[in-house]
Amino acid sequence: MANLIKFKIDGRECMAEAGTYIVEAARQNGIFIPTLCNMKGLHPKGACRICTVRINGRLMTSCTTPVTDGIEIESESADITELRKSIIELLFVSGNHFCPSCEKSGNCELQALGYLYQMMVPRYPYDFPLKDVDASSPKIIKDQNRCILCKRCIKSIKDENGRSFFAFHSRGNHLEVVLDEELAANMTDELAELAMNNCPVGSILVKEKGFATPIGKRKFDNQPIGSEIEG
Amino acid sequence: MEQIVLSIIRKYGSDANRLMDMLIDLQEQFGYISRQAVALLAHNLGLSQVDVEQTITFYHFLSTKPRGKYAIYLNNSAVAYMFGRQAIKEAFEKEVGIAFGQVTDDGLIGLFDTACIGMNDQEPAAIINNKVFTRLTPYRVKEIVRHMRQGLSLDELVNESYGDGKNQHPQLKAMVSSNIRRKGMILSDLYSMGKVTKEILPGMSPEAVIAEIKHSHIRGRGGAGFPTGFKWEFCRRAKGAKHYVVCNADEGEPGTFKDRVILTEKPELVFEGMAIAGYAIGGDEGILYLRYEYRYMKNYLESVLQHMRDEKLLGSNIAGIEGFNFDIRIQFGAGAYVCGEESALLESLEGKRGEPRDKPPFPVEKGYLGQPTIINNVETFATAVRIIENGGEWFTQFGTEDSTGTKILSISGDCMFPGVYEVNWGFNVEDMLDMVGAYDVQAVQVGGPSGTLIGPAEFHRTLGYSDLSTGGSMIIFGKQRNLLKDVVLNFMEFFIDESCGSCSTCRNMPQVMRNKLLKILKGKGVTSDLADLQNWGKVLHASRCGLGQTAANPIVSSLKNFRHLYEDLLQKDVEFDQGFDLETSVQGSCKYVGRIPKFHNH
Repeated sequence: MANLIKFKIDGRECMAEAGTYIVEAARQNGIFIPTLCNMKGLHPKGACRICTVRINGRLMTSCTTPVTDGIEIESESADITELRKSIIELLFVSGNHFCPSCEKSGNCELQALGYLYQMMVPRYPYDFPLKDVDASSPKIIKDQNRCILCKRCIKSIKDENGRSFFAFHSRGNHLEVVLDEELAANMTDELAELAMNNCPVGSILVKEKGFATPIGKRKFDNQPIGSEIEG
Repeated sequence: MEQIVLSIIRKYGSDANRLMDMLIDLQEQFGYISRQAVALLAHNLGLSQVDVEQTITFYHFLSTKPRGKYAIYLNNSAVAYMFGRQAIKEAFEKEVGIAFGQVTDDGLIGLFDTACIGMNDQEPAAIINNKVFTRLTPYRVKEIVRHMRQGLSLDELVNESYGDGKNQHPQLKAMVSSNIRRKGMILSDLYSMGKVTKEILPGMSPEAVIAEIKHSHIRGRGGAGFPTGFKWEFCRRAKGAKHYVVCNADEGEPGTFKDRVILTEKPELVFEGMAIAGYAIGGDEGILYLRYEYRYMKNYLESVLQHMRDEKLLGSNIAGIEGFNFDIRIQFGAGAYVCGEESALLESLEGKRGEPRDKPPFPVEKGYLGQPTIINNVETFATAVRIIENGGEWFTQFGTEDSTGTKILSISGDCMFPGVYEVNWGFNVEDMLDMVGAYDVQAVQVGGPSGTLIGPAEFHRTLGYSDLSTGGSMIIFGKQRNLLKDVVLNFMEFFIDESCGSCSTCRNMPQVMRNKLLKILKGKGVTSDLADLQNWGKVLHASRCGLGQTAANPIVSSLKNFRHLYEDLLQKDVEFDQGFDLETSVQGSCKYVGRIPKFHNH
């Protein structure tokens, strides 16, 4: 490996190739920094803000900030942990997340982070927003109640000409991810499956696919999120 | 229809980066952007339809539904309300016969709210088909609506005299007033177009221009205060096929309107400043990103640019300097406050939603179309010309050590003489209030909603980057105003409406805090609510851009400086209140099942 540099995360000496994004560099050193919008192979967009760390007194998202030689990164201090927990709670109250009945329960990254950060009852009042479920396309159900607007589907699900199946609609707290009617009509099974798997929550579901894996055998049923990194 | 859409697409070279121009043209041509137009755009630009729609639905002035032959956008800023906006709104609703947010059945008139349109010194004001109508009264509303129904043209709707200064220019003919109340180096009459470019620039290398700007210690006038000279130097050094100069004229901070005045009265100064910047960084293309609210200036500013081309101040080998080529085009926004954030502005320039970019990389390295780009405020470019004319050393005699030069303030609210005032940095708030004739002042909002609300105990403070930093918005509130209800709540609604929604924090937290403020305003608040507001606001510090990071400022700064206003509204001897009324909340479900809600203790 060329151009290895040294840096510290919460005082621990780490090494990585210069230019690696902090979240990936941390992973290579056995340190888990939580993410929701970030995904390997996709250009990062610091949208969920959960991977926030402090560098030189400034809050930065570790999915979009590359490591540089000698930087000291603060990731698990009391206030950053509290910040991350706050963000998870905010995501819960601003949508309608009913884990017990959700097809993605056990495979859901938001739920897994809720457990990891020991969220009990959110400190913020529930908003109970009215949201739509769009089941009009042949392959996919898009449930706005559970969408956390991470943009993973927008960035990763494209047709052979590079056109996006998904896109944002509106802005601010009216923001939604919508599916293109024209493209969805010809969506392949593989792409539909990929869209569901890339979704960190249960907002994109392939029709007739729910609950395929029994409880107990789902991704986070037996070990918390991040344990594959921290061992 | 199809032919028109296709010709618009061709007009912009079928280039998806020019999507904003296409959408604006379509919106103006048809009053909305139809499904058919969306499909044509998508197919011709290689995009999916939802991809086209995500840009449309981001911008306030673009719409997939008809907005009416006359689309009336009435400003809803806090100051508009202070000067009678409610009566104007009611008059419009009564005369037109619909509520705001609707269009008449015959498609003639649509009524819409809109955020601050940069007319705080002449409210209430509205934009009707790109024309600004200021100082509205219920009588004028009646007349305007009657004239619309009689089929009068937009020009015929105007029966006021035009505003002062250049607002009377034949290409402008605006009812807007510049209200210049105090002149300094920027608004000075001494400026002579092209003098610096023709007489001074030929004797200076680009590096010398940057050195002079650095020596002046001027910092960005948009509010963030980054040293301009360094920005230009970084950009000059950055490698790229092309370097761009972008002028940020998206002034959307409620209460600021000084860029509108500079562009009206001294547009040549701004354009000359952009050309000098182009010379300094080695760029030949400049873009003025102008907020759509100022669309009425389009023909005027384009005529100014043409005049400057005729005078050889834009074009090739400017001032006889071999290789100094520079020209400017105007790109309009379409109604989004966040586009004033420089990286969101770049996204918008590229025809996309105005979502701020992650930094690094900074625009000086990777800006417009991925190329090195400087983005400066209107006022910064204007000031740069005076610095090159008189030298950086001369400039440092104005202002203070850490805030050199002058600042143009947009002053509005409860005062005798609202308007623009150019003052030296270091001016204190007390003097400012005396200058504008403001009496019995309860509070001053410095720097707009994203800034800070201060009371009399802090009026000794001075304007400058190290004390009260401001992009120029100063809103004065008299003793008679209800700060929490009429100001803080209005500002919070503003941030909720204007969030791009990309960051989870800024998309959700302002609404949670606004709801808490509403709870307190309804008399349901308890002591712990104040601590909650204080703590919850901190989550926003983790947002990507300045909008998100400051979106709780209206509450946080009023809670700090006017805590007693909150405390006066709290319930005494109550420790907990869930903040909603059970009886009202279950009314809907009770109606369905035919039950009558009965609660004891109520």
